[in-house]
Amino acid sequence: MSEENKPEIDEHTGVETTGHEWDGLKELNNPAPRWWLWIFYITIIWSVGYWIVYPSWPTLSGATKGVIGWTQFTKLEAEQAEIAARQQQFLEKFEPASFNQILNDQELYAFAVAGGRAAFKDNCATCHGTGAEGGKGYPNLNDDDWIWGGHVEEIYETLLYGIRSTHEETRYNIMPRFGVDGLLKREEVAIMTDYVLAISGGAKTGTFARGAEIFKSQCASCHGADGRGDHDFGAPNLTDAIWLYGGERQDVYESIFYARAGMMPHWQGRLDENTIRQLSVYVHEMGGGEGVKPEERAALDVQGVSLDARE
Amino acid sequence: MDFLNKHKFLEKNAVIFLIGMLVAVLIGGMVQIIPLFRAETVIEPVEGMRPYTPLELAGYNIYLREGCYNCHSQQIRPLRDEVARYGHYSLAAESMYDHPFQWGSKRTGPDLARVGGKYSDEWHTAHMIEPRDLVPESIMPSYGFLMKREADLDKIEKHLKALRFVGVPYTDEMIENAYNDAMAQAAGERSANIDGLRERYGEDVNARDFDGQEKIVSEMDALIAYMQVLGTMVDFDSTKGMEESE
Repeated sequence: MSEENKPEIDEHTGVETTGHEWDGLKELNNPAPRWWLWIFYITIIWSVGYWIVYPSWPTLSGATKGVIGWTQFTKLEAEQAEIAARQQQFLEKFEPASFNQILNDQELYAFAVAGGRAAFKDNCATCHGTGAEGGKGYPNLNDDDWIWGGHVEEIYETLLYGIRSTHEETRYNIMPRFGVDGLLKREEVAIMTDYVLAISGGAKTGTFARGAEIFKSQCASCHGADGRGDHDFGAPNLTDAIWLYGGERQDVYESIFYARAGMMPHWQGRLDENTIRQLSVYVHEMGGGEGVKPEERAALDVQGVSLDARE
Repeated sequence: MDFLNKHKFLEKNAVIFLIGMLVAVLIGGMVQIIPLFRAETVIEPVEGMRPYTPLELAGYNIYLREGCYNCHSQQIRPLRDEVARYGHYSLAAESMYDHPFQWGSKRTGPDLARVGGKYSDEWHTAHMIEPRDLVPESIMPSYGFLMKREADLDKIEKHLKALRFVGVPYTDEMIENAYNDAMAQAAGERSANIDGLRERYGEDVNARDFDGQEKIVSEMDALIAYMQVLGTMVDFDSTKGMEESE
């Protein structure tokens, strides 16, 4: 270093300056604090270790793998396995148990309801409502009126395959479009509207006899001679004054004229077997599930297990 | 620690300093970018992925136009809770025909990566028209106007051509039949011949009147056709993760 490049020493502190000067102010060339420097060096060393242990450097044939084989997918599997392990004590008994056994075992029942409630909120509440109260076109699951059957096995089948879904095994029926396709004249649809309203507790009109006649030839094969429906065909009970598409005269008229064909997706493949079974029990117990006598169900009032989905 | 003083040389020679900076940035850039030139290193091989049908593509275009991605992501991350709620985590291959991809960065509404088949067409239609009818707490805007607008299908084959230019494997036959395929898909099996559509896009194509309005192929038809295919293409039974496949 030549003489004129020699660093200037600040006379007060004895520290050399950087040689920069702004309006008479000079900058001392103090070194960076040691503790800071050492941490900086340690992070560099740490990064080398990181490169070795974890996936890091991209190459032309994909990133380096790291010696411990960590991936976010193995991490996910480990986390899922942890949950599965926690559930194992229940699943051991739950998986082989029949629905009847589940409904008669407090512990399994509580397990099913807890899992069912969580799955219901994520998957079912969007259509059936957070309280399973349903809506126009989406059945209320709290009542004891079932279209495709309210035995827990029937609910299970509905959940697995859906209704008019894209699953091969789907529950399927199609009501004829009596008005649109000209199977009944408009006045006949009106007669049938009055008839259906009458058999579900409404007042009989003058055309009741004519309605009964048409019902016998057009409707009874699915809805039954008495209009009580048939779970095997998914034909709704017309006598209980519970309406999926509204019970006003206009609603019923439209249901006959245009026919209704609601669709429920299948859950096989989207939800796992255990979750679908949990949901079956949950839905079965929420309303008036069929096939379990009230005195049997009373024994299942498990403490801390509420069927109220709204909580 | 004399080497620590070497930086003075760089600091006093601007051009050399600039070259040094350039080299450092280039290394960083190359490390990140070059591996992506070979798509097979980042996109796992899967079975079942196909390009969107013309109607689904029209729906995808509406999804972009309406800015759905501002509130909905299409990316299920490999995190336990997320997989429990939405299903199998998203694979890179599932958005390889999206230009641009719709991963999104914000979830005001739920993730839509696997919404296909989760709800019925009627549900989607009613929900688009007035979300609060079905989900009282929803803050999603109403999209009822989609029912009245005809889907923009007249030039849909140009969209297919443009996508083929950037690597989506549309065949000449697909481009030629784009308009007819779109109309057939929105009409469904009962009122149209969908053999050609099935032949070109597979047996599992959803072909039906999505919005329930027989007289018009509306933007609602297109958007729901797109919704209903999201996340349903990949055959997970025959798919291995990126790591397993190598």
